[in-house]
Amino acid sequence: MNLAALHSWILTLVTFTPLAGALLLLLIPRRDRDIRVFALVISLLAFVMSLHLLVHFDGTKAGFNFEFDHAWIPTPNIHYHLGVDGVSMWLVVLTTFLTPLCVLISWKSISERVKEFFILLLVLETALIGVFVSLDLFLFYFFWEATLIPMALLIGMYGHGRKIYAAVKFFLYTMVASVFMLAAILWLYAKTGTFDFVVLQNAVHHGQIPGYAAASFWLFLGFFVAFAVKVPLFPFHTWLPDAHVEAPTAGSVLLAGVLLKMGTYGMLRFNLGLFPEQSRANAWWIMVLALIGIIYGALVALVQPNMKKLIAYSSISHLGFVVLGIFSFTSAGLNGATYVMLAHGISTGGLFMLAGILYERRHTYEISEFGGLATPMPVYASFFLFIVLASVGLPLLNGFIGEFLVLTGAFQARAVYGTLGATGVIWAAGYLLWMYQRVFFGKVTHEVNNSLPDLNLREKTALAPAAVMALVMGVAPLFWLSTIDPAVQSVLAPFAQMASRVVGR
Amino acid sequence: MNTMPQGADYLRILPEIILSIFGMIIMLLDPLLEERRRAKTLGIVGLIGALIALGSTLCMARQPGPGFWNMIQVDAFSVFFHFLVTAVTAVVILASYEYMEVQQIRAGEYYGLILFGAVGMCLMSSAVELVLIFIALEISSISTYILAGFRRRAAISSESSVKYFLLGSFATAFFLYGVALMFGATGSTSIPVIGQKLLAGPLAYTSIALMFVGLGFKVAAAPFHVWTPDVYEGAPAPVVGFMSTAPKAGVFAVLLRIIFEAHAPGSAWLIWAAAALSMTIGNVAALVQTNVKRLLAYSSIAHAGYLLMAFAALPANGIPSAMFYTATYAAMNVGAFAVISHFAGAGERYVTLEDYAGLGRRSPVLAATLTIFLSSLIGIPMTGGFFAKFYVFSAALQNNLIWLVIIGVLNSAVGAYYYLRIIVAMYMREPREETAVAPIPLALGSALAITVIATLYLGIVPGRVLEYASRSVEFLR
Repeated sequence: MNLAALHSWILTLVTFTPLAGALLLLLIPRRDRDIRVFALVISLLAFVMSLHLLVHFDGTKAGFNFEFDHAWIPTPNIHYHLGVDGVSMWLVVLTTFLTPLCVLISWKSISERVKEFFILLLVLETALIGVFVSLDLFLFYFFWEATLIPMALLIGMYGHGRKIYAAVKFFLYTMVASVFMLAAILWLYAKTGTFDFVVLQNAVHHGQIPGYAAASFWLFLGFFVAFAVKVPLFPFHTWLPDAHVEAPTAGSVLLAGVLLKMGTYGMLRFNLGLFPEQSRANAWWIMVLALIGIIYGALVALVQPNMKKLIAYSSISHLGFVVLGIFSFTSAGLNGATYVMLAHGISTGGLFMLAGILYERRHTYEISEFGGLATPMPVYASFFLFIVLASVGLPLLNGFIGEFLVLTGAFQARAVYGTLGATGVIWAAGYLLWMYQRVFFGKVTHEVNNSLPDLNLREKTALAPAAVMALVMGVAPLFWLSTIDPAVQSVLAPFAQMASRVVGR
Repeated sequence: MNTMPQGADYLRILPEIILSIFGMIIMLLDPLLEERRRAKTLGIVGLIGALIALGSTLCMARQPGPGFWNMIQVDAFSVFFHFLVTAVTAVVILASYEYMEVQQIRAGEYYGLILFGAVGMCLMSSAVELVLIFIALEISSISTYILAGFRRRAAISSESSVKYFLLGSFATAFFLYGVALMFGATGSTSIPVIGQKLLAGPLAYTSIALMFVGLGFKVAAAPFHVWTPDVYEGAPAPVVGFMSTAPKAGVFAVLLRIIFEAHAPGSAWLIWAAAALSMTIGNVAALVQTNVKRLLAYSSIAHAGYLLMAFAALPANGIPSAMFYTATYAAMNVGAFAVISHFAGAGERYVTLEDYAGLGRRSPVLAATLTIFLSSLIGIPMTGGFFAKFYVFSAALQNNLIWLVIIGVLNSAVGAYYYLRIIVAMYMREPREETAVAPIPLALGSALAITVIATLYLGIVPGRVLEYASRSVEFLR
């Protein structure tokens, strides 16, 4: 196959490899070990293929890379239209990067219904990648909804405690919210006869959609609500702690690492892309909600007695930064927001893996059950500290770059946003380091913890890539930002025009 | 006028003829066969009949045009529904094959009645004459009344049958009264003639409303839905799969003809109200059901509501979307009831949500197929139910029925919850007792395979079916 053909097919390959793997898994006999190895191979294969995107990505090209457009259904006019820009490509790679780690981390902890677990995990991966590569609104919605069932089943079948409650809550929240997005998508289709994002964006630019001005606020809101629930933005966040606490480790990793980014990615791509004027007009209250999310998430995290819940609330706080950056409409803000998405995926994914490892040993997430763990588990403690520091935003680790850029952008937008946002960084240091202190320092408080085994090779293998990436992303951010920036600039182009129009008047 | 039917006329009703012949063969064979082999043999005969009828729709499709002095009309529209009804019949026979033995029901006229019922349902879709429509409606209804009571040992089944019969005959009387008034208003019972002559006026409104009452009852649209849960609960599960899809397809075909071809005046708000009511009542009542059959009964009311939305749209979008919805609903609902009929076991013991706990572990295949059908009923992408809803909603939106779409969209969100309860029970709850599920027999397995494939096919490449359905638009104007 020549390179040009490969370029147009590569996104399809990356997207559907996990699904094909899941279908093959159906045929493999129920020997748990084979199934695990097979799932690992498939997820690594998808990862390797996604590296092709990195190598051949052309940042100078206007529009999207690796585009593939094929008519799928004639009426309504739905296209199988894929393509990535600098933002979505990195999210695809993040997904394929985290999935093998999820397989590794679930190696032992999932011992029942192993086959179903890995099938669901791989189906989920396909749906997640599909969300990021779709350039047809319908296709996007298709994959968006397709993430629901596997994730809900992962929580409900393999979770613990009130797993059913958490799974149903997760499902209904997202389902109800995305229905509004569907209504908005249908409206756009009824007026334009197309679902194609690129075509629609052009039509919006040139004012070719009849009735757009009157309806655009409601359309904006329709998309926004669906994304805000997913992010989750305060006050739509209540499903998240439940879902996280009860989910199995791999579920939490993908939930925090990738699923939440579907929301922020959607805002960046669709809210800003299709409704630039409404985005600007509504930015103030969205930024206020983001700030509330940052501070409220951090404060609630501070008082959590449950380690996993603490990490869940820290996600709310971190995702608040992303939203803050997106709606600052500054180059720094959007670059930073994208960077936080990636960094948070890796560091919070890492934290959930670490929490899961502890749970496998003690079957509890209660912080008070631990103390002085650094003595029996020194390697574990060092990994934990490293990831915690990355999450806190220590310079030279990945959390710092993104948050710094976001805060710069927020300052440019309005100083008070930046100031309030900056307190979030302090809070993060507070709740994470305090948790670290309680769990690892001091004397061993519970007798059982003395005999806890340290990390084994498999666990180290799962954690090392996350730790390495946290470091690399912290010292060489330009490798990422050089591809993210052109995409951000094209997102921001209409806003620059808007500003110049105002100045010109 | 030629007093003898032409040869081509017989080809135009070939599926009906074949179904009737096989129905009679079954009745004749019934007393001749040994008791022990009777059920299986008759099942095979019935299946062959349904399959030949299915194939004969192709013959029928080659003879487009009016037949029997303009009493019937063969066009893409009626071919579509013939195909659908005969396919559903074949699948239902497959699903009943072992069921009859497990329930120890004397098969005999069971398969015959299914075939006779299918004759009525097929005829409804090609009839363009109100009296013929009425006769077809009665053929279909009377068969289903009897089928509903086929679990003779269960009192609940007899109750179901009697209830269905009493209320159903009442409803057909309404329909007949509407036909009479229509004749009074236009001097004709032929739908194309009515389409030309009918003028808006009190007589026309009353007539349309009365006909709508009768047809609304048959499709279980609110406020004529009260019979549905009781009847579905009592009737044998495969029969419920049959009567919730095939007769409804026929009646929807009639409704499409009356509304779009006869240009029924004043029907818009009737449809609007019935659609909104059905969706809301169906979904809200389904939330609290614990019996899976009752739950799906309310779900079918809700789906009748979604489907009716298409009737409020413009013909160019409304007709194809309604046809697509009917086909999808048939695939997923017949499939769901096939699973239920197998799982229910002897005497239909296991039909509550609690019984479904842990099914994912006890019978992974059964649980997985039911999950696909339920996902489709929810409207999850990759399944036909998603596109079905999507087409209906966008058709309504193009006719600016924004509020109806909002009601529909909210309802489908509510609906997700109760389907999810079944999925939750199957995969996430622990069973009270580890009762073994019987392995899936061949006939049922093929019924499940067909319906799963159809559901997924409609969800992944819906283009062909929709395109075929769109061709019907030109005939109905």
